[in-house]
Amino acid sequence: MLDMTTKQSARYGYRDLGALMALMTGDEKHDPASTSTRDALWVLYDRVLNVDPRDPDAPGRDRFLLSKGHGPTAYYAVLAAKGFIGRDLLPGFAGYDSPLGHHPDRTLIPGVEIGSGSLGHGLGLAVGTALGLRAQDLRTPRVFVLVGDAELDEGSNHEAIAFAGAIGLDNLNAVVVDNASSTYGWSGGVGTRFEREGWSVVKVDGRDHDALETAFISPHEGRPHAVIAVVEPKNSAVARPATNVR
Amino acid sequence: MDTMRERFVATATELLDHDPRVLVVLADITDSQFEPAAARHPGRVINVGIREQLLIGVTGGLALAGLRPIAHTFPSFLVERPFEQVKLDIGHQGVGAVLVSYGSSYDMSAEGRTHQAPGDVALLDTLDGWTIHVPGHPDEADRLLRHAVAGDDRVYLRLSGESNAQAQPVAPGRFLVARTGHRGTVIAVGPMLQPVLDAVADQDITILYAVTVRPFDAGALQGAVAASGSADVVIVEPYLAGTSNREIDEALMDLPHRVLGLGVGRAELRRYGTPVEHAAAHGLDAASLRERISAFLR
Repeated sequence: MLDMTTKQSARYGYRDLGALMALMTGDEKHDPASTSTRDALWVLYDRVLNVDPRDPDAPGRDRFLLSKGHGPTAYYAVLAAKGFIGRDLLPGFAGYDSPLGHHPDRTLIPGVEIGSGSLGHGLGLAVGTALGLRAQDLRTPRVFVLVGDAELDEGSNHEAIAFAGAIGLDNLNAVVVDNASSTYGWSGGVGTRFEREGWSVVKVDGRDHDALETAFISPHEGRPHAVIAVVEPKNSAVARPATNVR
Repeated sequence: MDTMRERFVATATELLDHDPRVLVVLADITDSQFEPAAARHPGRVINVGIREQLLIGVTGGLALAGLRPIAHTFPSFLVERPFEQVKLDIGHQGVGAVLVSYGSSYDMSAEGRTHQAPGDVALLDTLDGWTIHVPGHPDEADRLLRHAVAGDDRVYLRLSGESNAQAQPVAPGRFLVARTGHRGTVIAVGPMLQPVLDAVADQDITILYAVTVRPFDAGALQGAVAASGSADVVIVEPYLAGTSNREIDEALMDLPHRVLGLGVGRAELRRYGTPVEHAAAHGLDAASLRERISAFLR
């Protein structure tokens, strides 16, 4: 784990994320289309999750699991903006001595709940975490797991989706960032895969912060909840601008 | 005598009764035997259905939530099918869990290759930090399970339908000296002790009994070799032949030594029948062992 003293007390806003990400990519004009997760991550950490960088292991915290560990610069930027890691760590991105790799490692970074990168592991871990919280009668903390629409090509996800729906695991929330990158697509839309298994499903504009917030906190008693956050297709030249930003 | 599987259910049920950190995670296999425990502890006996990737994913998630999960099914579905989950959802997350298999290498001889995983120990041996126990008697399985659950690390407990006639006073992590002699040392792993004793107990051979094979008790082997005056070693393992040869070589690297690794052959038998017939086919019955060990420890 990092020394807490390396963190900065300064707080950043959404508008600072581009500059923080540029510290890792070295690209001041970093293509926003490659950061499909940026707005969902920001709204979760800024408006939804009950997490505290001063106590990142608090038993009663919400759990956020980044299953889609690819392209984590938006995640690291949000963690830096919210005080989990120091801004000074960002330029070392992917270096030998840096804790920030191309795929996150939970044992190296405070506040990172899982190490991920191999696709299709986060949902199963999230189901187990949600069951573990229930078993300890911790009813308040929620589990959010972020997956990509292409990541859902992995069959392991469907074991988790079917089981969580069958048992009504309502402290589980999946955030599906849909940038239309699944090789063969999802017939009827990726949300139908969750609906069919009894999940509560909301589809929103993945760049609209108010819509994302409303979707993340909408009630879903007795059912796990999936938010399908639709962003521009993966290979789009330009990302849609974020809206309803505070 | 009860079976190791029956003892596992009884002991795990007792642990569920007394330790709120303990959960049992199943993928249909042995689900009915855990019904009384599930009724007493709703939410702490979790059956995910026939979903073995999820079995291990859930196990990892429970460990991340601070609990002590016991995951159970047959070895082929516990170690082989979800191997990447074992590697990443437990090991890479830096958490521990107890994996308990039942079925050994050919307990389900009539089921064929699909239900046989003699490579499970070798496969887990590619990963860091796993303790591997192979008990030879239900009493030993009970002791090793309690020891495993009391810790926080990664443990694989490999249970078998084959048992030795008598339980040994095993200590987790330590080999026992069952016999002392001078022609060499035979290490019998778990349920291989009985056929080894039946084969060579009358010979001037040291017999070590191993129920914990990882970490490997190199000190016990070095002591046995020093006491016997011979650095010829045979290991008899109830899984893939040769799985522990490297451990023996490392333990004796400062001595000229010879090693014979006996166990389940690599070639698919493509036979059904009984475990007794499979043991004979792999040269692991007492008569075959006597011949092979005697020929090596000249």
